Amino acid sequence: MPSLNDYLLVSGLLFSIGLAGVVLRRNIIVVFMCLELMLSAANLTLVAFSRFNVAENGLPSYDGQMLVFFVITVAAAEVAVGLAIIVALYRARQTIHTDELVSLKG
Amino acid sequence: MPSYLFWLFATIMLIGACAVIAFRNPVSSALAMVTSFVGLAALFIGLSAFFVGVIQILVYSGAIMVLFLFIIMLLDLKDEKKRSVSFAPLVAGLVLVGVFFIQLIGVLSNNPNKTAPPLDAETLAKASEDFMNDGKATKISEALSSGSLPDVHLIGNSLFTEYNLPLQILGVLLLVSTVGVVVLSKRQTN
Repeated sequence: MPSLNDYLLVSGLLFSIGLAGVVLRRNIIVVFMCLELMLSAANLTLVAFSRFNVAENGLPSYDGQMLVFFVITVAAAEVAVGLAIIVALYRARQTIHTDELVSLKG
Repeated sequence: MPSYLFWLFATIMLIGACAVIAFRNPVSSALAMVTSFVGLAALFIGLSAFFVGVIQILVYSGAIMVLFLFIIMLLDLKDEKKRSVSFAPLVAGLVLVGVFFIQLIGVLSNNPNKTAPPLDAETLAKASEDFMNDGKATKISEALSSGSLPDVHLIGNSLFTEYNLPLQILGVLLLVSTVGVVVLSKRQTN
């Protein structure tokens, strides 16, 4: 049986990979995907804590899983708005490389 | 979940995540991301969070990644050009990740290594009494006493009692984001 530390290690690794992607990549869509990876790493931690921390009645404590439910919903809303912004940006500048997007003026 | 399955799915997830960064073509990155999320969903199911595992596949791998692919193809992106690796972001990324990882090792070495509490038929049957309604059996308590974990029912139970207000607020948030997307993608007229 894997222990709590194994889950924390794996989710920490996933978070680091996501963070490295956000810093290293230039394509704004891939940067956005790496943000999703980081959110998922947090979800894994929450579900692991919910399984390893039983409530009084001996069932897994469901508070963690509720939080994951809310995180997934907010992430879906965030992706919809973010991709709409990227499309608007592409229409205005014809590029989505962060190197070429250096001014805030619209 | 047996240990070897845990490490198998964890490896699938991490390799998928590395591939997201490594591929130059955004479509390949998106498909690698789907692989990564399927591995993650398997880990969720191994933690007996069946509902979360299923919505991870339905919402993330299904809806969100299709949206990503749709936008990538709509914008008709080419492969990222090979560019001279600039020194500063590379060092910044590696240092950031290194510091985070050292911190993680520090936390894990101080953490008592907890193993999963048992979730066998006996524990479930004992918990079933908490879900009786005035001594009468409910759907949840029936499933619990027969030795299965009614994950969806339990989540629904707490979603509509303890977490009802956040659920309503979430509905408003989704409405706001829908309106926001429509406004953002409207063609601007001068």
